[in-house]
Amino acid sequence: MELRVTDLACARGGMIVLQDVCLQLRAGQALLLRGPNGAGKTTLLRTIGDLQKPITGTIDAPEDSIAYAAHQDGLKATLTVRENLQFWARIYRRHMGDVLQRMNLQVLADRPAQSLSAGQKRRLGLARLLVTGRPIWLLDEPTVSLDAASVALFGDVLRGHLADGGMALIATHIDLGIKADVLDISPFRAQHSVPQAGFEEAFL
Amino acid sequence: MIVLLIRDLRLAVRSGGGFGLGLAFFLLVAVLVPLAVGPQADLHARIAAGILWLGALLSCLLSLDRIFALDHEDGSLDLLATSPIPLEGVAAVKALTHWLVTGLPLTVLAPALGVLLNLPPDGYLWLFLSLLAGTPALSVIGTFGAALTVGLKRGGLLLSLLVLPLYIPTLVFGAEVARRGAEDLAIGVPLALLLAVTMGSIALLPFASALVLRINLR
Repeated sequence: MELRVTDLACARGGMIVLQDVCLQLRAGQALLLRGPNGAGKTTLLRTIGDLQKPITGTIDAPEDSIAYAAHQDGLKATLTVRENLQFWARIYRRHMGDVLQRMNLQVLADRPAQSLSAGQKRRLGLARLLVTGRPIWLLDEPTVSLDAASVALFGDVLRGHLADGGMALIATHIDLGIKADVLDISPFRAQHSVPQAGFEEAFL
Repeated sequence: MIVLLIRDLRLAVRSGGGFGLGLAFFLLVAVLVPLAVGPQADLHARIAAGILWLGALLSCLLSLDRIFALDHEDGSLDLLATSPIPLEGVAAVKALTHWLVTGLPLTVLAPALGVLLNLPPDGYLWLFLSLLAGTPALSVIGTFGAALTVGLKRGGLLLSLLVLPLYIPTLVFGAEVARRGAEDLAIGVPLALLLAVTMGSIALLPFASALVLRINLR
């Protein structure tokens, strides 16, 4: 199993931000995306996660293998921690198992998500990745609002995922304590950000 | 997809879910119209079906912007779009939830409010049936409008303007069924057209909603 991205160009807001991106990820590998703010890390992850179509190039990954974690955790404030996680587990037709314990959320299980702190919400958002059961994780700044202990905890979870043959593509600015290659995406920035005029733009 | 339906129903009835909003508005319309029109029982009887249909339509409109906006704000729409559920299914479930939370209670409540508007005795059954046949179209069309405007700040105004013309056939045929029913006339043609609009919308619009959602999520 591998993720292979070839000659990818992707756009945001109608402007091409990245072009000629090539990367490859094999089972057990992690790749850190680096680049200044606005370099296109999120756009690249959203494109690989199939939330938007690439302008050119191809993304080869086994079907239903990608789990995407955005800046926002997608939590419902009036549902409890357990209900939130249970919902995503059922969507992916899987069981929650010991995920609450692994993300150190068991004491919070019956609290509504609106009463959690920002870091606790983030932990719950990351716990969602574990219940998806998907091998390729696309992580967009996974450690925002996490304290040092939680970063270490997430590092352990990530190492376990990689050891099980998983893969991770991570946009982050901090050290997660995992062995990973680093890809600086600045060289892929589009030279001429040609506005994209297409059918869909005209349609809206 | 049943999982998503259960979650959305649960969210709707928990605090801040907005379950009672449409119903309260509908009740207000039915209570206030007779006061505004004045004490003319025969006039009330003539306009009752139309007023109740209009009230039901506006109540539906009131909660449309929440259909996708809440999921978009907290990021779950992105996550649903990358989940195993097809986006067409998400759109269909959202429309069904909106109907169960808004259209169905309105349909059940409408005959009771018919009393306030002096609806003729023959009209109750047809009012109920016309709303039962017509409100699903309101939810499905509204979901399409909500998909078009998802991500726009304060998209509610644009949403109402987009959706209102699409609501007109349902309003015309639905109110016509209820009015003719109340006056004991033949209802075959308007009822057939009302059902045609509803079934056509249910068959086609979830796909259109999914398409515009994909465009809006980029």
